[in-house]
Amino acid sequence: MSSDVMFGVAHFLRRIGGAVTGSISRLGFASRFLVAIVWHSPQAFRRIHLTIREIYFAGVLSLVIILMSGLFVGMVLSLQGYETLKRYGADEQLGILVALSLVRELGPVMAGLLFASRAGSAITAEIGLMKTTEQLAAMEMMAVDPLARVIAPRFWGGVVSLPLLAALFSAFGIFGGYLVGVRLIGIDDGAFWGQMKAGVDFWPDVTNGIIKSLVFGVAVSLIAVFEGYDAKPTAEGVSTATTRTVVMSSLAILALDFVMTVFMFRGGAQ
Amino acid sequence: MPAAVPAEFHTALTDTCRLDPDAAAIELADVSFAYDRRPVLRGITMTVPRGKIVAIMGGSGCGKTTILRLIGGQLKPKSGKVLVAGQSVPDLEPDALYALRRRFGMLFQFGALFTDMSVFENIAFPLREHTELPEELIRDLVLMKLQAVGLRGAAQFMPAELSGGMARRVALARAIALDPMLVMYDEPFAGLDPISLGVVGQIIRQLNDALGTTSVVVTHDVYESLKIVDYLYFVSEGKIVAEGTPDAVRASKDPFVRQFVDGEADGPVPFHYPARAYSKELFANVQ
Amino acid sequence: MNRSAIDLWVGIFVAIGFGAILFMALKVGNLMTLDRAAGYRLEASFDNIGGLKLRAAAKAAGVVIGRVEAIRLNPKTYEALVTLRVDNQYQFTRDTIASINTSGLLGEVYVALDAGGDTAMLKDGDRIGKTQSAVVIEKLISQFLFDKAAESGGGGAKK
Repeated sequence: MSSDVMFGVAHFLRRIGGAVTGSISRLGFASRFLVAIVWHSPQAFRRIHLTIREIYFAGVLSLVIILMSGLFVGMVLSLQGYETLKRYGADEQLGILVALSLVRELGPVMAGLLFASRAGSAITAEIGLMKTTEQLAAMEMMAVDPLARVIAPRFWGGVVSLPLLAALFSAFGIFGGYLVGVRLIGIDDGAFWGQMKAGVDFWPDVTNGIIKSLVFGVAVSLIAVFEGYDAKPTAEGVSTATTRTVVMSSLAILALDFVMTVFMFRGGAQ
Repeated sequence: MPAAVPAEFHTALTDTCRLDPDAAAIELADVSFAYDRRPVLRGITMTVPRGKIVAIMGGSGCGKTTILRLIGGQLKPKSGKVLVAGQSVPDLEPDALYALRRRFGMLFQFGALFTDMSVFENIAFPLREHTELPEELIRDLVLMKLQAVGLRGAAQFMPAELSGGMARRVALARAIALDPMLVMYDEPFAGLDPISLGVVGQIIRQLNDALGTTSVVVTHDVYESLKIVDYLYFVSEGKIVAEGTPDAVRASKDPFVRQFVDGEADGPVPFHYPARAYSKELFANVQ
Repeated sequence: MNRSAIDLWVGIFVAIGFGAILFMALKVGNLMTLDRAAGYRLEASFDNIGGLKLRAAAKAAGVVIGRVEAIRLNPKTYEALVTLRVDNQYQFTRDTIASINTSGLLGEVYVALDAGGDTAMLKDGDRIGKTQSAVVIEKLISQFLFDKAAESGGGGAKK
């Protein structure tokens, strides 16, 4: 009996070990992939129209969900924040609360998560499908490098789109916060904007938010194109790859967010 | 009939890959290949002369498509030589490989048309990517290729709107867009209705003769192949088991060729996948 | 979707994206911290700076006229040495008093400058003579309790 148990444990450990080494080798492969994409990018910029098309599909088509979500998040922030601030008589600080939360954190992170689920999964599915129907192989046989023609434009499309979407998320969120705080609850208009302006600095708050969204853009776009390119050429393979994109992107965003926040906002230490 | 492109444009489309004018178009010498540890090809030797159509036949999964991939440079053989017009394909630098591929055309099994582009744009794709020709000229060339396959009226359709046979023909037109010196067909007859079968076979033969290209057809459709090809190779379990001209094949007494041509269920290629003795398996639990 | 329609939409997208960034730069945040070096330095020594932090505001009559650029401890006198970066357009007299205040009970801590009547002005690198340290709430409370205890006659003074 005990040898069976030992066998089971050994098998389990072997599987974990295999999974870990598998993940690490995937990480290495993904890094080489990133270098290869950047190397083949000049064509994506010479034929700028390819990239513009991808900015349309990734960015413009995500506008609706980003703007609506931003608006709602801002409004909820305002509502919830007001309840808490009121207890300390600091309800005039609502503007700062909403603005800083959005600009520093919620804007980049939530825009990143929404982008990963909408645009990231679409990119993965598209590339995976092209792989399954041999369109990528056909391109190779026609002496056109799919990295330069298909992958790189989608990658840069995502990198350009996400910072813009994050900024729009924050802006609409602040507007939503204004609607609820000033119009609905009745906080003084001047206090709302004035306190906000005094408390939010372009550097480091807004610029760090932009840097974060740039980093997220690179991460999500890389994961999306990589999973698509690496997908098994079957229906389930594409479906697995699409889910992986969303899951991995979300984890990457949250992990990178933590690391960057530690570096950027060390609590105003001297 | 398909209009040959004038000589001036041939020079515009060629590039700096050194082709040996006397060599056969393709030569495989004792080629072996394996996927991970599973051997797929063993000691394959075949020659494809210029301007001829050669068929590679065999059951499913016997390595026919692998041969095409080796010729196209998508795979490297474990041993043996793969020569195209005298150049060893596995040894080419990436740039030289891409230069060589520009002289190829390939028809994939299900067409592999780019789904986000119309029929017209699919065929214009290689022209736009590899030449500096003006748009009016590209338009004319595309229409000529479509005319050759009989689909000029379908130029504005999207691939999703085409039937299987039509998609296959559009893919053919795309494969010959640059007047290639070598065209490879991966199962061009698979899954087509009888009329489309005849159409595709006829187009392959006529294009080959009109453009002077060399064609390699991988298929398991014996009937259509015997009608149009110049030479056949039979592959089974990674080895070449028979070869010959269509007449020789029809008259052949080789048991493998006979089983294939006559469509026999059992013969040199066994019906049963290897397994334990039947009675042992059935009565395994009976004491 | 033809090419020109896509280009139009992408152009609109990029424009409003930058517009959002501009909005945040101008209406939401303050850009003053962009021109870091457009000012002159003044030094001030304090016994206790309380909760004063880097980049806190320096105000005169409630108007923000500069920022705290550096905070160090003087190793000989054990006093806090604060460097202020003051906007070039404001000049202060040599008898200006620098004090550390809090805006409201829970508000931010800042340096307040009260100008005097001297004719001479402070120049770049000058030291502000008179300073008033921050009020530390704990000391106030313990002072208050001490006084209370002293009042009720010396027995069982609570700290």
